[in-house]
Amino acid sequence: MIAPAKPDLVTVNIDGQEIAVPKGTNVIEAARLVNVDVPHYCYHPKLSVVGNCRMCLIEMGMPAVDPATKAPIMDPATGKQKINWIPRPQIGCGTNVSPGLHVKTISPMVKDAREGVMEFLLINHPLDCPICDQAGECKLQEQATGYGRGYSRFVEQKNVKPKRTQLGPRVTLDDERCILCSRCIRFSKEIAKDDVLGFVDRGSYSTLTCYPGKKLENNYSLNTVDICPVGALTSTDFRFKMRVWFLKQTNVIDTESSVGANTVVWSREGTIYRITPRRNDEVNDTWLADSARVLYKAVKAADRLAATETIEALVARAAALFKSTPGAIAIVGSARSTVEEQFFTRHLATALKASAHLVSRVGQGDKLLISADRNPNVRGALVTGLIKTLPAQQLTDLAAQIDAGKIKAVVAINEDLAAAGLTAAQLAKVSIVYLGAHANATSAAAKVVFPTLTVFEKSGTFVNQQFRIQKTLKAVPAAAGATDDLVVLAQLVAAAGGAALPAELGSLWKVIAAEVPALATMTFANLPETGLVLDATPYAALPFVEGETLHYKPAQPAVAAATA
Amino acid sequence: MPAPEQLRIIFKHIDEPGYTNDIGCYLRNGGYEVLKKAVARKPEELIDEVKKSGLRGRGGAGFPCGVKWGLVDRKSGKPIYLIVNADESEPGTFKDRYIMHQDPHQLIESTMISCFANNVKQAYIYIRGEMPHGARILEKAIAEARAANFVGPNILGTGYSCEIFVHRGAGAYICGEETGLIESLEGKRANPRIKPPYFPAVLGLYQCPTIVNNVETLCHVKYIAEHGGAEYAKIGTPGNTGTRIFCVSGHVQRPGYYEFPAGTITMGQLLNEVCGGPLPGRKFKAVIPGGSSAKILRFGERFKGKRKVGTELVDYDWGVEDVPMDFDSLGMIGTMGGSGGVIVMDDTVNMVEALANINAFYSHESCGQCTPCREGSLWMKKITSRMVHGQARNEDAALLKSVADQIPGRTICAFGEACSWPTQSFIAKFGDEFKQYPETKKTAKPADAVALV
Repeated sequence: MIAPAKPDLVTVNIDGQEIAVPKGTNVIEAARLVNVDVPHYCYHPKLSVVGNCRMCLIEMGMPAVDPATKAPIMDPATGKQKINWIPRPQIGCGTNVSPGLHVKTISPMVKDAREGVMEFLLINHPLDCPICDQAGECKLQEQATGYGRGYSRFVEQKNVKPKRTQLGPRVTLDDERCILCSRCIRFSKEIAKDDVLGFVDRGSYSTLTCYPGKKLENNYSLNTVDICPVGALTSTDFRFKMRVWFLKQTNVIDTESSVGANTVVWSREGTIYRITPRRNDEVNDTWLADSARVLYKAVKAADRLAATETIEALVARAAALFKSTPGAIAIVGSARSTVEEQFFTRHLATALKASAHLVSRVGQGDKLLISADRNPNVRGALVTGLIKTLPAQQLTDLAAQIDAGKIKAVVAINEDLAAAGLTAAQLAKVSIVYLGAHANATSAAAKVVFPTLTVFEKSGTFVNQQFRIQKTLKAVPAAAGATDDLVVLAQLVAAAGGAALPAELGSLWKVIAAEVPALATMTFANLPETGLVLDATPYAALPFVEGETLHYKPAQPAVAAATA
Repeated sequence: MPAPEQLRIIFKHIDEPGYTNDIGCYLRNGGYEVLKKAVARKPEELIDEVKKSGLRGRGGAGFPCGVKWGLVDRKSGKPIYLIVNADESEPGTFKDRYIMHQDPHQLIESTMISCFANNVKQAYIYIRGEMPHGARILEKAIAEARAANFVGPNILGTGYSCEIFVHRGAGAYICGEETGLIESLEGKRANPRIKPPYFPAVLGLYQCPTIVNNVETLCHVKYIAEHGGAEYAKIGTPGNTGTRIFCVSGHVQRPGYYEFPAGTITMGQLLNEVCGGPLPGRKFKAVIPGGSSAKILRFGERFKGKRKVGTELVDYDWGVEDVPMDFDSLGMIGTMGGSGGVIVMDDTVNMVEALANINAFYSHESCGQCTPCREGSLWMKKITSRMVHGQARNEDAALLKSVADQIPGRTICAFGEACSWPTQSFIAKFGDEFKQYPETKKTAKPADAVALV
């Protein structure tokens, strides 16, 4: 039996294909569902519709009905209801579907309209693709190829506009390339709520600019570069660095807060060149904070740790240390580690009969894509059972135990104990095994240092504030002298007398699924790209610090600490 | 056939010796009597009168005023705004300016009647930025009317209150487009809005239902309120009721403004009899009948077809001189009545140069929102300017036409049509001159040729 059509669905006909789409869908999105491309520039699914580029012009018609009787008028030639085609092309972005709407995206009128718009867009465009950073991902290039005439009839002087305006610390503007689609203006106003961009002058001389005395310097300014369909807005950081078609794209998770924004890391030959947002309508839409885009600089940072000994030698030294301090070991795990690493940390704590600590990081949420909890994976530590309560800001308990002489060794994983409140004297009193990617006071004081990886060099999962478990993938190979955290942790667990755990993710997830009930049905491979939401009810009583952000409302009012 | 007599109902007191623009003079001439009667009637009655009158908008498009008022969303619970479009910017049009300068109280009284009819509590007069004098006159007149209780709270003791504010425009042609005007009035760049969804009658000023009417249109409303819609409909011809004001400029003996019952006068009568014909020793060459965006007519061309007279279809075979000056007849021959700005050119005018001038205007006035108009208008300007000042090519006429054809019907507002129709019609009617222009240029220019932009 075929289920009756839902009342909120509307059946439309696009190039002869019938499709039922939700009410309120516009023609561009409806066409996308039947794999019909309606080219456009100014339309963006997450911004208001202005309909100014005129690229999405299509032919539209409604089934004919007798005005008096409302009876359908049939076309004797086809035997179907006659369609009254509107004689002028209409914009797809600004037209929402209505029952029976007919759309032609391939007709002489549409072809002519697109060719016209393409020609107009190109006449004053500098056509400097060979030196333009947007080349390769430029809508103007793509659509000129797909819908343009392929030759120019323009013999006049092109308009001259400012070529390298610094709109802010991170965004450079080339006004001659700008096609005045106003996406960046709408983004700044509607999403970033920092209405600093606008057009001055008029007609073809219209020029994008910043409000006098202001700068485009909010933490979301680089989204304007992402949504710029042409090479007008470019990232000052990425400008002239690399051709985009040489870059490998890897799906990664932003680790700067518990929002867990989805990103794409663009790399070539082991070097990362930029980070851009990856659309996830449940998490970050199509946006990403500027601060998330510079995290890759940690990979080639000057303070990266590199091993001078073999991993076996390091493990042997750590094992000896463990043996010399039985029952007096503490573990400082990290809410910045992946779920898998936290799972290993728990095993290590069990094997060493050690207490596990975590360090919290609380800042101000920006109500958009940076939450108050600056740890990406506090919930992962809860789900894996590493912790039962939320971590404290300072390691005061541990400090007291060290002062009392109860703790003689500390395994610090990705956390700087000094930054977490331990004094130099306290660090000197204990033997430290440190796992981390970068040098700090703890690595300096440590007896054994395992150089490990940044998030860009490893795969794993994170559980964000929505209890959504999301996959991050290895974008670049491990730095020389650094070992995967999981490999180190597996060997440490074994050295501590714990179970043998596989460091390879596929096998590891079989163990995780068997041991962690919340993750029982999952494998690493089948985790969907947009993540999977876990049951949050066991943790409902915990006072999470997050306030409201995009696509997240706290279950309970955020505690005062969140804003303090 | 001799030209009919002028019938001045809107321009009754314009240029009348001794008539001043203060309220005293207006009251001595029977001013505000219509408002006094109107506020005692039911608002719906007044709307009905306007519907009955068949009044069509005088701003350019000729949209029936009663229909426009009928579209207003009165159930939303939001306030309804009335905006007087006094942004008279179409080249060749100069009627609203005279009403505001010489008879401002006529506009204020008409506005108040229209506001009362539509339950409007706040009206704006959006006056063109380049008319500071008119704005000052209106401000003074509104103050006088407010002092006399014709504007403001509790008008004439009826309990009905309505304010009028004068808002000076931003100095752009596009501010006269009703949704551009609304954006500008809201303090933004005058980019016209997309329709749907932003029909002014539903989502206009501040997203509230809004009526935007031209100055002259509203003045007709006062006449309708005074004499009744049926009486008004007797003036002019069916479908083109009331009077029309023609602003004749260019190469005629007596340019100026003339008010006639719509459809009763032909182009020939207007130009030859009323305006005294061409300048000595010259011949009419072309005329733009409804503001510079209307399609040009070439003297000597014939228009044939069938038209409705009463219920019958009759053949017509007109020269330019025979065309009745009403919306429908001008529409039938492929141009438009528009704003009533009749621009006359005689045989001293080179059409390439005339078009270069028009294109310079429209490329300067495109708001820059829609690609076809923004780029097309400037491209056409660059071509015609190059033809005049630089090298003219034989293929330019075809290119101009092709560029112009890519614009109309593909933009948010009617500016796309406004900027492309001149080029389309100039090339269609005077294609020979465009083709010959490379040759024409080689001969010396007339000594008194005006420098082009």
